[in-house]
Amino acid sequence: MLLIEDLQVELAGKLLLRHVDLEIKPGETHVLFGPNGSGKTSLLMTILGMPGYVVKHGRIVFKGEDITHMPIHERATLGIGMAFQRPPTIHGLKTRQMVGICAHGREVDVQGMAEEVNFSHFLDREVNAGLSGGEIKRSELLQLMAQNPDLMLFDEPESGVDMENMHLVGETIAHLLQKDKAVYHANGETIADSRRKRSKMGLIITHTGYILDYLEADSGHVLYNGILSCPSNPREILRCVAQNGYQECVNCMVPLSAHLLEELPTANAD
Amino acid sequence: MADQKELRQRAEAARSKVAAIGDDLDMSQYEHQAETHQAMAEDELCTLPAQEQQNLLLSGVDVSGKDRGGTFIMKDASPLHCSSKQDGVEVLPLKQALEVHPWLWDYYWKLVDVDADKYTAAAELDLHDGYMIRALPGAKAIHPIQACLYMDQDNIQQNVHNIIIAEEGSELHIISGCATGPHLNKGLHVGVSEFFVKKNAKLSFTMIHNWSEGVAVRPRSVATVDEGGLYLSNYVCMRPVNNLQMYPTCHLNGPNAVGRFYSILVGSPTSDIDAGGRVILNHPGCRAEVVSRAITNGGKIMARGHLVGKAPGIKAHLECRGLILGGGAMLAAPFLDGFVDGVEMSHEAAVGKIAQEEINYLMARGLTEDEATATIVRGFLSVDIPGLPPQLQAEIDKAINATDEHAM
Repeated sequence: MLLIEDLQVELAGKLLLRHVDLEIKPGETHVLFGPNGSGKTSLLMTILGMPGYVVKHGRIVFKGEDITHMPIHERATLGIGMAFQRPPTIHGLKTRQMVGICAHGREVDVQGMAEEVNFSHFLDREVNAGLSGGEIKRSELLQLMAQNPDLMLFDEPESGVDMENMHLVGETIAHLLQKDKAVYHANGETIADSRRKRSKMGLIITHTGYILDYLEADSGHVLYNGILSCPSNPREILRCVAQNGYQECVNCMVPLSAHLLEELPTANAD
Repeated sequence: MADQKELRQRAEAARSKVAAIGDDLDMSQYEHQAETHQAMAEDELCTLPAQEQQNLLLSGVDVSGKDRGGTFIMKDASPLHCSSKQDGVEVLPLKQALEVHPWLWDYYWKLVDVDADKYTAAAELDLHDGYMIRALPGAKAIHPIQACLYMDQDNIQQNVHNIIIAEEGSELHIISGCATGPHLNKGLHVGVSEFFVKKNAKLSFTMIHNWSEGVAVRPRSVATVDEGGLYLSNYVCMRPVNNLQMYPTCHLNGPNAVGRFYSILVGSPTSDIDAGGRVILNHPGCRAEVVSRAITNGGKIMARGHLVGKAPGIKAHLECRGLILGGGAMLAAPFLDGFVDGVEMSHEAAVGKIAQEEINYLMARGLTEDEATATIVRGFLSVDIPGLPPQLQAEIDKAINATDEHAM
């Protein structure tokens, strides 16, 4: 389980996350909405443990362990993984080797996995070198497949992906999070059985909601101005945002924000 | 044919001539006489001390001769072993070769000037030995020939002269390992090498050198490549060295000839390395590439490159990339000289550091910070070298993987 309590986070002295409470149980996938600059990526980076994101208040607990100040690689080893939106190029390191690194000593069928995401002809290229947006997504998914973490963070998995590859990306994420349709009928199990067996947790940032065509998310949240709120049905949030924009969130949260800001005299108001 | 008397006179005159580049070494501090070592048969080589065999292996020289087409080993001033297992490939100690093949005098000091500096002069006045490796016309060597120059006696100055000939249409791959013995604190290696790549021949020369902290090195190499020929020179030096200066030159002397230099260098705190490559493109259709990857962790590295375009329709590229990790100095000096219309030459040079973003990315995949740094450094040093047999690429990769601790 991932448990985040009253989290406040600063980056370069600027308060980005003001108040975040979040609980993701094993088998659950949550979706994160919010306008640009609202702090969505910062939340993922903080969960991942990226340096620079300083937790000023609150805590993050994963699998019963307080990971608030744990280094990145220990969180990775504990089972947290991320599909980055704009990962760096690593010169001289081939994607094939990178996939091996992700597997962390476990035997994995690199070729087979690469074929699943239509990436086998990129295996001997340098990691992320000269890749298009859609290719980067597939590379990240391949790495996550090898890493096989229990909590997977996806930062806008649809952005830059063409229609043809959206299907592949969507199905792959659904499979990674044990939400694909195939699971429902595997080994003659009942749907209830296979649901109970789900252990993977997911947190997906999306602007478009396309990912919801491929998996049923258990909950949606809106991150606005550093405050996470509105836990409800993700499709409902999406429809609401599509109709009214995030202005509705402003209307909705004004009282809440004012209340929080009172408690945080040091908080940067923008 | 070289006039031996004249060569000697010119060498005498250059006995104290300071080299154009590099620290001026006081050669009187080194021992010029070396104890003679008995020649050994191949099976006897396996009786060499384990430490010595290990040192050689690090330089890509396997005394068992496994997967090698021939072997030449010189210890201090004595050829220890010389053999060829491949038809069409001849391997001989140079002094013997000059006796057996009088025609070889036509090649001796043909490319390198005997009076270039005091090091070339020493190689003439006080030659210990060296090797001649020659692929006969049309011969295609399956396995690489291994050549090793080993310095064991403390404070020795080893003077070597090598001649390598790839005759018309032949293909020859050489791995040259230089290494030093465990008891050697100080020494000087002077190595003159002359490479002749004839029409449509292909020659690759891969050097994996493991010197030691007290060793100064002065290679003096020149290659000539005829029409359609390829000369590929790879230099890997990742262990500490005291003072290394070399500026090998390649003359492309026929249409469509190709010359390529790749250097992979690590500068430890005691090291002063000045290394580069120069290619002169004299005919239309010639191609050249000079690539260097260098890391310093406290040493000083000067990476030089020089391309000279003298004919239209040539194409050449120069690339120097350096990383400074924890002190040291990294200097890059790329030069392009174009003398006619229609040349295409370019260069890129960069000196930098490891990006924290890349370390974080790898840590998010489960590597510790040290492992992530090592992975990035290895990646930086890995260069794909087109035309190099996989077996030799594997030797280079092995050297890179084995020397992590020296790079950081």
